[in-house]
Amino acid sequence: MSNNLKILVADRQIVRPGDILAVMEQKIAKPMYNPEKHVYIYEDKIVSAVLGLASITDNDISVIPLEGRYFPRVGDTVIGLVVGVGITNWILDIRAPYKAILNAGEVIENFSPITTNLRDYIDVGDYIVAKIAVFDRTRDLLLTVKGKGLGKITEGIVIEIEPSRVPRVIGKKGSMLNLLTSKTGCNILVAQNGVVWIRCKDEKSSEIAVKAIRLIESRAHMRGLTEHVRMFLDKELA
Amino acid sequence: MIEKPVLIRDDGLRHDGRKPEDLRPIKMQVGILKNADGSAYVEYGKTKVVAAVYGPREVHPRHLALPDRALIRCRYHMAPFSTSDRKSPAPSRREIELSKVIREALEAVIFSELYPRTSIDIFIEVLQADGGTRTTGLTAASLALADAGIPMRDLIAGVAVGKVDGVLVLDIDEVEDEYGEADMPIGYAASIDEIMLLQLNGVLTPEEFKKAIELAKEGARKIYDQMKKTLHDKYLKIIEK
Amino acid sequence: MSLTPTKQPIIPRIKRETIKSLIRSGERIDGRKPEEYRKIQVWLNPVPKAEGSALVKLGDTTVMTGTKLEIGTPFSDRPDEGVLQVHAEFVPLASPSFEPGPPDENAIEAARVVDRCLREPRAVKLEDLVIIPGKKVWLVFNDIYLLDHDGNVIDASMLSTMLALNMAKIPKIVSIEDDNVIIDKSIKERPLPINLNVVTVSIGILEGYMIVDPTLEEEIVLDTKIVIGVDEKGRIVGIQKTGMEGIKPSQLDDIIELALKKAQELHAILREVLNNPNAYTTPLVLQ
Repeated sequence: MSNNLKILVADRQIVRPGDILAVMEQKIAKPMYNPEKHVYIYEDKIVSAVLGLASITDNDISVIPLEGRYFPRVGDTVIGLVVGVGITNWILDIRAPYKAILNAGEVIENFSPITTNLRDYIDVGDYIVAKIAVFDRTRDLLLTVKGKGLGKITEGIVIEIEPSRVPRVIGKKGSMLNLLTSKTGCNILVAQNGVVWIRCKDEKSSEIAVKAIRLIESRAHMRGLTEHVRMFLDKELA
Repeated sequence: MIEKPVLIRDDGLRHDGRKPEDLRPIKMQVGILKNADGSAYVEYGKTKVVAAVYGPREVHPRHLALPDRALIRCRYHMAPFSTSDRKSPAPSRREIELSKVIREALEAVIFSELYPRTSIDIFIEVLQADGGTRTTGLTAASLALADAGIPMRDLIAGVAVGKVDGVLVLDIDEVEDEYGEADMPIGYAASIDEIMLLQLNGVLTPEEFKKAIELAKEGARKIYDQMKKTLHDKYLKIIEK
Repeated sequence: MSLTPTKQPIIPRIKRETIKSLIRSGERIDGRKPEEYRKIQVWLNPVPKAEGSALVKLGDTTVMTGTKLEIGTPFSDRPDEGVLQVHAEFVPLASPSFEPGPPDENAIEAARVVDRCLREPRAVKLEDLVIIPGKKVWLVFNDIYLLDHDGNVIDASMLSTMLALNMAKIPKIVSIEDDNVIIDKSIKERPLPINLNVVTVSIGILEGYMIVDPTLEEEIVLDTKIVIGVDEKGRIVGIQKTGMEGIKPSQLDDIIELALKKAQELHAILREVLNNPNAYTTPLVLQ
């Protein structure tokens, strides 16, 4: 934004819909909503559109939402629960307002609906790690499992967290997730839709990893959260 | 017929001791229901309302889905035990109208175009009615939407101004509504300065109307500030814990 | 449950833009000025079987209202008053987007707005409709029937309601034995007592520009609409904001001023019709 900002809130301050976050030097002609930054801009004001935390970076401001359902974007890694099996595809619940489709050809080479029963590969109740391949808002959402680390989950545990907490569990440049994996020794995948897959060497570390994630989830807005989690992990693992 | 009670006493105060420009004691809480994506409980004096929001979620039945925006559904409903005489649970003409005006007020702030082919469902249940149920309901619904993380241009605070014994008063209760000369509910988005709901049931001169709007905006602003504080405190409490 | 309208007639985008840009430049798609009503045509007593009736055409919006009078019991908290009930039906023949069934939220809203605008200033003299206090009173059923929908249904409904009520005659009471009231509907005894007339003025708002009496196409394009009831004395007797956008409070003064001005014109039309009822008995639909 070339327009100079006078910022009215502090970084990580709790903001609510309608809170004026900043005032610009120039007025804009037409009000607009910025869905990535969760801000509404009208006249010379930048206003929060959601309940969240203000995030200030070099002359720009955005809001990290504290609430809200998962809304899909192409390229997101998600963990979906299989809820239906068709003749040529599986239907997955990815906690979005839209059902997600995984076509049989994604999983089975030379797929033929005459000779193949899809249930032999993936059945209702299975968790699948997938990427969103197509989502154009008018048709059903298509998934792909072609890629490293994608496919059916066969081991470990899966937990659901508030989708709005995903950025906190991952942390800035993955810092929080690194802390979790290095301390517990577990493999942890945090999918964008708020589903977390945890694989640990023993039950104890698995239990601690879950507790730590729940801690991050409930205190997502807290200052010094990383330090707090580090202390928690040290205490639990001692 | 019951005798009309004195609404403005000799000392200029109202039947419950309030000054004309006073609100009733107002209480608010958000995130009170587990299942809903967002929820709120609001009291204006003896009026008690709970609101819940589900969505954005898949639309059922599917043919109602809109290709370019979310479908917003709103139900204002009074519990059978909310009034002195039992209210039939079937939706009345009044409830159908109020569901419409509350929905239209909320449509004005929700960024519904972000969620095509989904629905955002808003349920308002009046648990006890003592005047101002639609405005209490609008406040509660607005808080529940914020609690559900639905992007909005602003919060909306609801409040009614009435005319009783010839005096304009803020936040009328049931007695003042029943025996007063006018009831003017408004829904006001204070930050963006827009009126989202406006009705008048009663007779006002144009001058009285102007004063009533000013009084209503003043009251709504106070409620709006309390709504902001309620949302803020939900997270502050967790920090203190 | 109230839903975002899903069955609005589709107006081509290009036409929407035309309607909008015309309003922005102070013009209208049908050539009217922003503050100009469509032509108002009236047919009094089209349905003689009703105690009073009127058909009003507001441009291409056609509304018929019938007033029926029956004997009944008063409300327990108002034993010394007759009862007024307003209903509205948006029947399927009036628009491709209407469906059979009980009145939807739009019909209910229209009826309730008309009802409130009559009730609050006591337009009908209900205290003169008592036969046996606490037991028998006249019930006034005012049924609004939308026959052709081209926008601004409420103003047309209010006009036809006011005319039907003014036309209504109370049937003769033949005998009263105990609490049994016998009437003869073939003999009209006296007019329904009216205290004062009320009109509504609907003002459409688009990006702050005001227009009165919007057509259906305009209504779909508008940001919001505000209906203001005004009585003969120039008092505001009811308000209903409808539509899915907000209004700037600073604009309310202009809105009220415009409503009061246009209300005077509508009251003048009502007076002209009611002073010369015989001039308005030509069937509007058989011409």
